[in-house]
Parts: sequence; C-alpha cells; structure tokens
Amino acid sequence: MSEADAVAGVLLVGATMYAVFGGADFGAGLWSLLAGGGDSGRRPRALIDWAIGPVWEANHVWLIFTLVVLWTGFSTAFASIFSTLFIPLSLAALGIVLRGSGFAFQHTARRARGRALAVRFFGLASVLTPFFMGTVVGAIAGERVPVGNETGDLVTSWLNPLSLVLGALFVVTGAYLSAVFLVSEARRAGTPDLERYFVKRALGAALAAGTLAVAGLIVLHRDARFVFDSLEGDALPLVIVSFASGLAVLFLLHRGIRRGARVLAVVAVVAVIWAWGVAQHPYLLPQVLTIDAAAAPGNTLTAVLIVFGIALVVVVPALALLFTLVQRNFVEETERPAYEGRTAGIGPSGG
Amino acid sequence: MLTLASNLGAARSQMAFTLGFHIILASLGVALPAMMLIANYRGLRRDDPDALLLARRWSKAVAVTFAVGAVTGTVLSFEFGLLWPGFTGRFGSVFGVLFAIEGIFFFLEAIFITVYIFGWKYLSPWAHFWAGVPVVITGLGGAFSVVAVNSWMNQPQGFSPTSGAVASVDPWKVIFNPAVPYEVPHMILAAYLVTGFLLAGIYATGMLRGRRDRVHRLGLLIPLTVACIATPIQFAVGDTAARAIAHDQPIKFAGMECVQQTSTHVTEYIFGRCTSNGVEGGIGIPGFDSFLVGWSTSTQVTGLDSVPPDDRPPANTMLHWAFDAMVGICSVLILLGLWLGIGWWRKRDFPQSRWFLRAVAVSGVAAVIALECGWIVTEVGRQPWIVYNVMRTSDAVTQANGIWITFGLIVGLYAALGATLIISLRAMSRRWRQDGREPDDVPYGPESGPIPGTPT
Ligand code: HDD
Ligand code: HEM
Ligand code: HEM
Repeated sequence: MSEADAVAGVLLVGATMYAVFGGADFGAGLWSLLAGGGDSGRRPRALIDWAIGPVWEANHVWLIFTLVVLWTGFSTAFASIFSTLFIPLSLAALGIVLRGSGFAFQHTARRARGRALAVRFFGLASVLTPFFMGTVVGAIAGERVPVGNETGDLVTSWLNPLSLVLGALFVVTGAYLSAVFLVSEARRAGTPDLERYFVKRALGAALAAGTLAVAGLIVLHRDARFVFDSLEGDALPLVIVSFASGLAVLFLLHRGIRRGARVLAVVAVVAVIWAWGVAQHPYLLPQVLTIDAAAAPGNTLTAVLIVFGIALVVVVPALALLFTLVQRNFVEETERPAYEGRTAGIGPSGG
Repeated sequence: MLTLASNLGAARSQMAFTLGFHIILASLGVALPAMMLIANYRGLRRDDPDALLLARRWSKAVAVTFAVGAVTGTVLSFEFGLLWPGFTGRFGSVFGVLFAIEGIFFFLEAIFITVYIFGWKYLSPWAHFWAGVPVVITGLGGAFSVVAVNSWMNQPQGFSPTSGAVASVDPWKVIFNPAVPYEVPHMILAAYLVTGFLLAGIYATGMLRGRRDRVHRLGLLIPLTVACIATPIQFAVGDTAARAIAHDQPIKFAGMECVQQTSTHVTEYIFGRCTSNGVEGGIGIPGFDSFLVGWSTSTQVTGLDSVPPDDRPPANTMLHWAFDAMVGICSVLILLGLWLGIGWWRKRDFPQSRWFLRAVAVSGVAAVIALECGWIVTEVGRQPWIVYNVMRTSDAVTQANGIWITFGLIVGLYAALGATLIISLRAMSRRWRQDGREPDDVPYGPESGPIPGTPT
C-alpha cells in the first residue's frame, strides 16, 4: 500500500466518523422536526436535546477534519469538487450555519416563539445539509466531476437521479442511526415510553433506508457502472455485511432486544461506506483522477500521517473521556426528560 | 473577463466579511476561557463565591460564542474550496498540514469546553477547574496554526518549484516561516485585548447604570487587568511587525504609509489622503517614517514606484487609515491602562469616576475596530497577491458564477446571527440580574440543581 493510499484511508476514516456521528446528529434534528409542536413533541425533543447537547460540537469537527485531509492530501480533487459542486456545497454550508445557530439559540431564546423558530431552523437544516452532501457523493460516484476549476456542469452534476437518491439515502440513514441511538438514550434516561417511541421510528427509517439502498443500486447500475461493478466484485463482502447487520438490527428491535442493536446499526453504515471506498479504489474521482495522481508531495503525506497518529493518541482518549462522562451522567446540558408513564406525553400509540 | 473580475470582487468581499465576523468570535474563543479560569481559580483559592459566580456565568457565554464560532469557522473551511479552488488546489498540500494540526487543537478544545461547561454540577471543584485548562492551551495552539497559514501567505517558503505544480514540500519551513514570530503573538495578544476590554466594558456599563455590587467590580477588574497588561506588549510586538514588514513586504509597507518614491528622510503622515503625489492633508512628521524603519532619518524606504502599477495594493488611503487607526487605538488603550495603574497605586482600587467607567465601556469596541483594521492592513496590503509574490488572487478565484448571490445570502444570515447572538447574550445577563442568585447559580453547592435521577 502506498503512502497516498494510507492518506486516502485516513480520509475514509474521517468520512466514516462524520457519517456515523454527524449523521446521527442530523437524524436527531429530523426527529426533532417531526416530533411536531405542542405538548406531544416536547418530551422526545427534550430527550434529543439531552442526548446530543454535550456531543454535537465534537461530532461536527469530523467534517472539518475530512475537509482538511482532502485539501492537504489531494488538493486537486478538493479544488475540482468544490468548484464544480459549488451550488450543493454552498447550500450545505448555509445549512450548517442555520443548524448550528438554531441549536445554540434554542436554549437561550426566552420567548416560546423564538424557541420554536430556532427548533424549526435546526430541524430543516438537519435535513438539507445531509441531503446536499449526499448529492455531492452522487456526483463523484457518477463521474460528473472532471479535474479543474469548475470544468463540470454546475447544475446537472448534482441534479440527477443518482445524486438525488443518494441525498435521500443520506438523510434516511442518519435518521435510522439516530433513532437506534435514541432508543439507548431513552433507556439511560429511564423513559420506557420514549424507548418505544423511537423503536417504532427506527424500524420505519430502517425500511426506508433499505428501499432507498435498493433504488440506489438500480440507479448506480445505470449511471455509475464503474462503482457498481466493483460493488459486485471486490466490495461484495462489505455489502453483504451491511445488509446482514441491517437485517439483524431490524430483528433485534422488533423482538424488543436492545443489546447489540446500536453496534450492529453502526456496522451496517460503516460497512456500506467502506464498500464505497473499496469500490472506488484506485480512484479518488472514479475513472477521472486516481489517488496517486492527486496525491500531495511525499513530505506532506508523511506529515498528514504523523498528525493523524498524534490525533489518535490524544483525541481518541479525550473523546472516550467525553463519551464516558456523558454516559455516566457527569456532563449534562439540559434536564433529563422525566418518565411520565402512560398518563401523559406519548403513549405507545401516540406520536 | 468582466464576469470574472466581478467574481473576484464578490469572492474577496465574501472572504473579508466572513473572516471579519469569525475573527471576533475566534478572539472570544481564545481568551474568554482564560478569563473564566482566572475567576474560577480565585473563587476556589480564596473561597470567593462572587468569583465563582462570574466563572459560571462566563462559561455560559462561552458555550454560545463557541458554538457560533465553530459554525462560522466551518464556513471558512468551505470557502477555501468554494471561493479559492486555484489557491487550495495548488497550495493545499503546502499549508494544509497546519490546518491538520489545528484540527487536533479544535477537537480537544471542543471536548474539554463541553466537559467544563456542562460539568459544573457533578465534577469535583478542582477536577472541574483542570478540565478547563486544556481549553486555554488548545485555544493558543489553534490560533497559532491558523495564523501561521496567514503568515505563510505573507512570507511563503518551504515548497518548490515556485511556479507550476508543487513537487516538494518542507513542512517545518512552512510552519516556522519568517512572519510567524510577529504575526502569531500579535494576533493572540489582540484576542486577549479584545476579550478583556469587551468584557470589562459590559460591567462598566452596568456600573454606570448604578449596579455597583461586588460582582460587577470583580467582573470589571479581572478582564481589565489582563487587557491592560497585554496592551503595551501589543504595542511593542506591532512595532516589530511594522519594521519586519518594511523589510520583508516593502510594497505593503509603502502602501500603508503611502510612500510613492523610494527615498530617504521619508515623512511620517498621520491620516491624510493618499494620492499619486504623496499624502494630502494629515499631520506630517519629517523624517520620522525613515526613523521608525531603521532608527535613523537617513534610512531608505522602498516606494510604490519600485514595482509596476499592477503589483501595487489597492485602496491606499484605506490601508493608511486602517494602520493609523490601529496604532492610535493601541496608544489610547495604553493610556487607559496607565489611568488604571495610577488609580490602583494611589488607592488600591480602580478609579471610581464616571469618565473612567465610560472609557472602559467603549474600550471593547475600540479594540474590535483595531482588530479589524489590523486584518485590513495585512490582507488588503498583500494584494494583488494571495501568496506574496508567488500567486495572484485573480488566479486563485473560482470560475463558478453566482458568488454575489451566496455573498448576499451570507450577509443576511450573519446579520441575523449576530443580532441573535447579542440579543441572547443580553437576555442571559438580564435573566441573571432578575433572578438574583438562585441556588442553580451557585456552583458546587450540594443544593445546586436537581439531584441526579430525580424527576423534575
Ligand atoms: C486589538 C487589536 C490590535 C492592536 C491594539 C494593534 N494591532 Fe496590529 N494587528 C492586529 C491587531 C491589533 C491584528 C488584527 O491582529 C493583526 C492582523 C494580522 C495580525 O497578525 O495581527 C494586526 C496586524 C498588524 C500589522 C500587519 C502585519 C502583517 O501584515 O503581517 C502591523 C504592521 C501592525 N499590526 C502594527 C501594529 C502596531 C504598530 C500597533 C500599536 C502600536 C498595533 N498593531 C496594535
Ligand atoms: C481572521 C482574521 C482575518 C481577517 C479579518 C481577514 C481579512 C481579509 C480581507 C479583508 C480580505 C480581502 C482582501 C481584499 O479585499 O483585498 C481577505 C482575503 C483573504 N484572506 Fe484573510 N483575513 C483574516 C485571516 C486570514 C487567515 C488566517 C487566512 C488564511 C489562513 C486568510 C486567507 C485569506 C484569503 C484566502 C483571502 C482571499 C484572497 C485575498 O483577497 O487576499 N485570511 N481576508
Ligand atoms: C486569525 C485567525 C483565526 C483564529 C485566531 C481562529 C480561532 C478559532 C477558534 C478559537 C475557534 C474555536 C471556536 C471559538 O472558540 O469560537 C475557531 C473555530 C474554527 N475556525 Fe477559526 N480562527 C481563525 C481563522 C480561521 C480561518 C481562516 C479558518 C479557515 C479555514 C478557520 C477555521 C475554523 C474552523 C473550521 C473552526 C471550527 C472548529 C470547531 O468546530 O471547533 N478559522 N477558530
């Protein structure tokens, strides 16, 4: 494996972490939006706030990390992607601003109307941002990003069936992950009603994600033959792992077994991302730009790998500390939602 | 060509606007945690509940400004691709390593800030204090990494060849480029100045409105002391920077001092209008510019005439005014520090006059103006180069159209964001005032907040 491949691996690790943690974060925003206004939405939203309040900031540094590794390790690819996909990436950036501010201000807003507005912004942006990121991945997989400063089509590069399906898939996958996580969080908070509430949603999102994944494969077959063929070839084991874990999660949740569901849901998502990575190899932009051709000079690649090594040594323990403190309830921002039994809030049939 | 020119204008405006916005929050992100920890330390060491109360309140402000800072910073990362693909595409592999290092610092900062802010209730007092210390250190590290990139843009080195695609990189030479020793400390000091004077100004305003309790006095004194210590150091560092620039980036210096012809015995002008015949109006001090550059009036100063018109920075009058405003504000702030020092020396207390409080109240805004002026000097003064003498800004900009649209959207969005930020910070402080000191506001107390596990 060349040094360039190693840096591409680092890139994929960053993208994976962002997809899992950032994706779940976005999904939580979607659930917060769908929970609806008024009293029925209050408790699930309280759970969501309580669960992601302390970690959402750290979740999003993965995006920065991925961007920086991309522009340092593979500057040409970065420049080509960002100039051709100017529109969806600008919209994703605007979504990030709306989302972050919505989240930051929903607690500080005093009046109910301001708070409702912040919640709405937070929810809408949580849908738009992953959607546009998905269209970007679709454009890359569909070989619509040529090398150079805006040499691709500004509009059709991302406004095409493959991009749209992937955009939707990104949104739904986040929703699925987040619902599975929120089932565990509801348990941690001691609120069985919310646990049931999110089990139902996890099942729904899993079915939607499965459907979209199949649709994606069909479009991929038509539109992005190179990636499709390798998904059937080298990457097939990963695709199978993903499907199997996805099915297992459905089974566990349906049976009311909570143990292991979280891990398997993550495995399902990670496997699909790595399948994509393997399918693209040795290209960064399929059939357009190889990893080696895009790679930075050797010293830079070495430096990126060293920095990544240091990051593993210092950031991973710190992250572990944060998540441990959160899971042990040492660190909390908002009040934990209280269990209100079947008398109030969302009963098993509510929502 | 015309659309490209306007694209360049739009891209520069958007970059300047978003950076100018981010840098205020970034300054708070660098220095506010330090103020918060000083108050926290004092509170624990001297068993001072007022100081602890301040630490707790400031940590809530940090939570909000940090979130908005992270969001605006993410936008900047996108803009490296959205606006300047030519720059990042060619030099991303050169300066990118610094951003990768910055990534580590931001990660740690985000993690420990969360532990600190949300750990008031359940962590032990000193463990909680120590959770805040990494935030201060990573803030400095993050500022170093980012500003070093800007220094590299001013003094590029450590890569070859200098034309065409980069084939080899020397990361050490990139990181420790010649502009780092003055730019990085200057920016970090600026962050402490801005934060200190802004924070002190808020409490001074409160005291002017008659709230003269101990919390207000402490809230004024802690940040003001830090800022007043930093100000004279900032003057010295800025002076060093100016002299280094006269040597390393002579055209930038000529632009900001409006030196038309290379000559000796150059007059220093304070303000005035910059024309192709030299400065009109303004206050002139004969020979002083030469003296500042080389300690002697016979020092030669490079003029704009040494390069073709295409290589000269635009808007010289604005550059000149920005520089003079920065120096002027720094000097006035030093006087404010002297006022405080003399008061302290004579009465062991800060001057109680309303004029002193008024001066402190506006000092924060003045420091922010100096901060923005400094960046105008650095960035506009470097034009037409994005990488000094290596790459032109016009070769870096994206070919994609529609930047005026995104710029318009961003201005609207940021205006709303800034307004909301100020409104919610004010609402927070009003709430603290009205609620007085409810149990939840006193950290570490057994009665602070609900006991874990009990439904509320
Ligand atoms: C509170 C803010 C503040 C204050 C009081 C000052 N500065 Fe400053 N200055 C900055 C904030 C700043 C800055 C915004 O932080 C800059 C922009 C780039 C940098 O590194 O610092 C800057 C840049 C900057 C530059 C350009 C550096 C470059 O282009 O690389 C010079 C020559 C000076 N300063 C000189 C001074 C002098 C002589 C000062 C006082 C007598 C002074 N500054 C006070
Ligand atoms: C943080 C405070 C900063 C402020 C307020 C600031 C301000 C500005 C301004 C005013 C411009 C427009 C120049 C013009 O109109 O002629 C600009 C351009 C630019 N700045 Fe900065 N800058 C800052 C820091 C940085 C840093 C740290 C970097 C790099 C890491 C950077 C990179 C750029 C780039 C790429 C451009 C566009 C090209 C150009 O016009 O020079 N800036 N910035
Ligand atoms: C002198 C210039 C700058 C300084 C001192 C600075 C400092 C900071 C600080 C302290 C933060 C943490 C957030 C906060 O506390 O408010 C931050 C956030 C951020 N900044 Fe800047 N910044 C500067 C310019 C830039 C530039 C030019 C970029 C462009 C790439 C950038 C990218 C970011 C990013 C991506 C974040 C978010 C990181 C996170 O999520 O924690 N910054 N910056």
